[in-house]
Amino acid sequence: MGYMCNQQTQLLSKIATDNGHGENSPYFDGWKAYDSDPYHRIENPTGVIQMGLAENQLSFDIIEEWLLKNPKASICTVEGMSEFRDIAIYQDYHGLTEFRNAVAKFMGKVRGDRVVYDPNRIIMSGGATGAHELVTFCLADPDDAFLVPTPYYPGFDRDLRWRTGVQLLPVDCESSNDFKITRKALEAAYEKAQEEKIRVKGLLITNPSNPLGTVLDLETLKSIVTFVNEKNIHLISDEIYAGTVFGSPGFISVSEIIEEMECNRDLIHIVYSLSKDMGFPGFRVGIVYSYNDDVVNVGRKMSSFGLVSTQTQHLIASMLSDDEFVENFISKNSEKLSTRYKRFSSGLYKAGIRCLESNAGLFFWMDLRRLLKEPTADAEMALWRLIINKVKLNVSPGLSFHCSEPGWFRVCFANMDDETMEVALERIRSFVRKEVSAKRQRWQDNLKVRLSFGRLDDPHMRSPHSPMPQSPLVRART
Amino acid sequence: MLSSKAMLDGHGEESPYFQGWKEYEKNAYDDIKNPTGIIQMGLAENQLSLDLLKTWIENNQDATRLTNNGESVFRDLALFQDYHGLPAFKNVLAEFMAEIRGNKVSFDPRKLVLMAGATAASETLMFCIAEHGDAFLLPTPYYPGYDRDLKWRTGVELVPIHCLSSNGFKVTKFALEEAYQQAKKLSLNVKGVLITNPSNPLGTTMSHVELDELITFTVAKKIHLISDEIFSGTVFENPSFISIIEAVIDRKLEKTDLWSRVHIVYSLSKDFGIPGFRVGMIYSNNERLVSTATKMSSYGLISSQTQYLQSKLLSGKEFREKYLEENRNRVKERREMMVVGLGEAGISCLKGNAGLFCWVDLRNLLSSNTFTAEMELWKKILHEAGLNISPGASCHCSEPGWFRICFANMSQETLKLSMERMKAFISKQYYCM
Repeated sequence: MGYMCNQQTQLLSKIATDNGHGENSPYFDGWKAYDSDPYHRIENPTGVIQMGLAENQLSFDIIEEWLLKNPKASICTVEGMSEFRDIAIYQDYHGLTEFRNAVAKFMGKVRGDRVVYDPNRIIMSGGATGAHELVTFCLADPDDAFLVPTPYYPGFDRDLRWRTGVQLLPVDCESSNDFKITRKALEAAYEKAQEEKIRVKGLLITNPSNPLGTVLDLETLKSIVTFVNEKNIHLISDEIYAGTVFGSPGFISVSEIIEEMECNRDLIHIVYSLSKDMGFPGFRVGIVYSYNDDVVNVGRKMSSFGLVSTQTQHLIASMLSDDEFVENFISKNSEKLSTRYKRFSSGLYKAGIRCLESNAGLFFWMDLRRLLKEPTADAEMALWRLIINKVKLNVSPGLSFHCSEPGWFRVCFANMDDETMEVALERIRSFVRKEVSAKRQRWQDNLKVRLSFGRLDDPHMRSPHSPMPQSPLVRART
Repeated sequence: MLSSKAMLDGHGEESPYFQGWKEYEKNAYDDIKNPTGIIQMGLAENQLSLDLLKTWIENNQDATRLTNNGESVFRDLALFQDYHGLPAFKNVLAEFMAEIRGNKVSFDPRKLVLMAGATAASETLMFCIAEHGDAFLLPTPYYPGYDRDLKWRTGVELVPIHCLSSNGFKVTKFALEEAYQQAKKLSLNVKGVLITNPSNPLGTTMSHVELDELITFTVAKKIHLISDEIFSGTVFENPSFISIIEAVIDRKLEKTDLWSRVHIVYSLSKDFGIPGFRVGMIYSNNERLVSTATKMSSYGLISSQTQYLQSKLLSGKEFREKYLEENRNRVKERREMMVVGLGEAGISCLKGNAGLFCWVDLRNLLSSNTFTAEMELWKKILHEAGLNISPGASCHCSEPGWFRICFANMSQETLKLSMERMKAFISKQYYCM
């Protein structure tokens, strides 16, 4: 059997048989745990609650109401049927004009009409996943690299690297300054690449950030634009969460920055999608918006590998050209996210959990460093397994986001109803209580042991986080 | 500034195949607004049976409704991004594919990988099977889009298996071996053969003999065999369609390692005339390939909205059977119209039993037996006759003078007009010659 498997794998390409798909990351292990034991309020109340999936499920009622009032948006209704034929045969990679117009307008509205987008620069792709791969194929050759500030969305490892052969090099960001992207960190990453003779083709930022849930401030954005211009490298700004911003500070798009400062626009590209802002991941509406004519030209040809279904283009075009609906949706969506965020963050705070202060995205960046047995990746993994298996919450460990410091976890809050959220909060509260008390107990036990042997000057005693050699956890690890 | 892939011509759009489309777009025929415009005969679309789909949807409003007062599927669909695809859809697809093949073979939905169009499916197979610089052998003439789909981003090379008019462009053992040797001369590692069956642009189904040769060849060389069966639902008369899976079973090779090297590409774009919906797929017995391709499909999943609609449309066996039969009849009728029309102008076509086009012999109209003369003729037909047809060179045909002319992407009236224009053009040529 093993021999046959080997034979089978030799038949395929290296790409097909390596781990470039990234699914061996713990990010996906948690999903698997959830899949095998999913929470259901009635049928499986002790199951795993999915908090590792950044989906926006809060605003479907607004959309469904619109759909009922606008049957023409579907080509399957009596009202919309007349367009069936034209829509079904249309496979032009420019996309339906009304689709591009509507998406361009929506992108502008999400940015408070501070920017106007040109529909002719819109390229379709198979979701943001397809968009990232497409942009990468356009901008970089195999072995070239993009710099990416950490922590970053785990899917990038697959989306940007797997079939393109491009590398991702981290720009380390630290909790000491709330994970801001500093010029120093950018330069350090760039220099390191130079030393290793790796050609850097661009910088990829996610703004608002996944997993941080924060927006980039003006100074940082300007510094980033200056940096890419000086190095003459591309800037890809993934703005997939642009419509999830609530409260302040407001969202500033790279499109706004380049209106205000000197910039070679050929370097600027945006990746967008309707998966997060509207909650439509199933419809696969990915967009590449480039200020570079050549990228638009070639990217459009490449988009043949992942066009948006015209049935969906038609639906989206109808929906997003309804100005009243769009304005109402953007504001209500933001409100719902804000309400959910406040409820959840207050619940976490009461449980004694600190999160990075944020006002965007569909998740919290939770600080569980004090629950780690020691500040290491292994300890983070151990804590994470505990959370999945005992607390039954699928949260995403910072390690899978390439965070440089252990102890941070991303927790999604917008992909469940209110009742489930309360259950999740209760589980977290209960877990933290037990963990803190167990930790205290362990520390106290260790202290007693130390005192009884009179080794008051043992350096380990000073930190309650360090396990003693006798700790069962150390034994379990080795 | 940009990648090498972006800066070179890997997209293949400089080919006359696409150039002709662009000319058409600048001056598109419209029976009222632009009656002297160019008629598009270079696009293999099936517009013959869309009314059948429309009627079904009209009569089954409940099935396709996304929102109801009672229950809404909208939310679930909007969130559904599982790359395994909608199970209901895959189940009916597997049944449908079997029915197209007269139920002589059955398909397992778990071996299906859905992706956004055959374009994505073909490329994904290359990524799964070949390294950059490896080669695939393809019988000529072949679909011009393969130059982009199979090579552009994958770095795979295509080596032609030369098929000649002298034997009706059939694939021979000799041609296969010659292509293989040619690849070796170019120091290319051959990973497989890709066939299109029924053939684009020939409009014929592969014979038992050809399929046998192919199987023998791929067994001997231990390489993959990909069969693009995108036109399988357009076969309207004998010889009947033999799918590659059937051919392998007939040879009793399903328990050998060949079985895991045989893959099918399919799509609903041609049989159903819905290219806009981007419904493509790979079918393979190779578990590892299915697993990898499934993950890769993330780059281009089929919209859940479309998967849902299609799962409903295809759910009725009766409708499927009726559709297949009616579609075949209409394709046959249209083809006959073209063959007769061209015949009246003294032009012959390769005898065909499938596809949405004729493979037309215009060798007599060439000023010389060269591809330059073919290009000249193509341009004349485009600008003087106002017909965009596809020159054989763009399909990598080894002999000049053959053209692919599509008949299913226009109304009957437009087809009649195109035949009249062709007749007028040809008599003028003969008059001038």
